[in-house]
Amino acid sequence: MSSDVTPMAAPTGALAKPDPDACAGVVELVTEYLEGALDAAVRARFEAHLADCDGCDIYLEQMRATIAAAGHVDVERVAPATLDGLIAAYRSARGA
Amino acid sequence: MASGEPGVTSRYAAAVAATQDAAFQPTPDDVALVAALRDGDERAFATIVAQLHGPLLRLARLYVPTSAAAEEVVQETWLGVFRGLDRFEARATFRTWVFRIATNRAMTRGRRERRDIPLSALLDPTEGPGGPAVDLERFLAPGEQWAGHWAVPPERWAPDAATHLLAKETRALIAAALESLAPAQRIVMTLRDVEGWSTDEVCAALEITAGNQRVLLHRARSRVRAALEQHLATAGPA
Repeated sequence: MSSDVTPMAAPTGALAKPDPDACAGVVELVTEYLEGALDAAVRARFEAHLADCDGCDIYLEQMRATIAAAGHVDVERVAPATLDGLIAAYRSARGA
Repeated sequence: MASGEPGVTSRYAAAVAATQDAAFQPTPDDVALVAALRDGDERAFATIVAQLHGPLLRLARLYVPTSAAAEEVVQETWLGVFRGLDRFEARATFRTWVFRIATNRAMTRGRRERRDIPLSALLDPTEGPGGPAVDLERFLAPGEQWAGHWAVPPERWAPDAATHLLAKETRALIAAALESLAPAQRIVMTLRDVEGWSTDEVCAALEITAGNQRVLLHRARSRVRAALEQHLATAGPA
C-alpha cells in the first residue's frame, strides 16, 4: 500500500466537483444524488440534465437496478459447527 | 455528555457523535433483543449470530490477512459480546456495538500478525482502485462540441432484465464483483446494499464520515454496475 495520496482520477480532478450538466459528471454524482447529499442547486441541475438525456436516465435506472439486485446476493453463512460451538459457550456463560 | 464545540470538534468526531449521542433512541426491536440475550435466550443468540457473522467476517478481513484469522476474530467477538452484554448502554444500535467490538479485536490481531499499516488508511476512500465511474472513452473528449457527454451511452436493459437480475448466475456475478473490490469498498456496499443497513448505521459501525462512506459506496456500486452491464450485454435477452 502506497502512502502517497493518489488523486482521484475523476474527469474533473480530485477537488473540483463533477459537473451536473455533463454526462461524465452525472455518473460521478449519482450516489450523492441517491443519498440525498446534493445541495439544492446542484440537485436541480442534475435533475434537469436527466430529464433531457436518455443516456443518463438509463444510467440512473441501471444504478438503481444494481442496488436492488445486490439485495438478493447470497450472504456468507455461519458454519453450523461454529454456530453450535458459540451457542454452547453462550449457554455456559449466560444460560440458566 | 460530550457535545463538542463546533469548530473544535473534527468532522470525524462530529459524524460519530451524531450517531451515538444522548438523543439516540434504541429501537423496540433492539431493546427486546438485548433483554432476551441478557436472559440467556439461545434462539435470540442464534438469530443474531446468523445475521451478523458474515458481515463481521468481512469487517475482520479489513484488518487481518487470512480468512482463518478473521473467523477467530469473529468468534472472539461473540464471546466478548455475551460477556459484555451487561455493559451495553444502548447509545448506538446493538449491531453497531457488536461491530465496534469486532473492530477492536481485529485491529489488535492485525497489529500482532503483520507489519504496521496505518489504521487510518484502511477505510480511507483514496485507498484501493479509484478511477472514474465509467470509462472516460465513453464520453466525448474535451475540445469537442458536447465534450463530457455520452459518446457510447448505456443501453436500456431489456424489460425482462429484472428477472435476469435475480437469476442465480447474475447473483453469482454480483457476488464475484463484490469480492473483486477493495476491502473497504466491499464492506460498505455489503452493509448498505446486501444487508440493507442505513447510512448512519454504517458510518457508526465503521467509524467513518458520511462523506467517506459515500465515496466508498460510489466506487463500489459503479464497479458492480459496470460488471452487470457487461454481463447483460453478452448474455442478451433471456
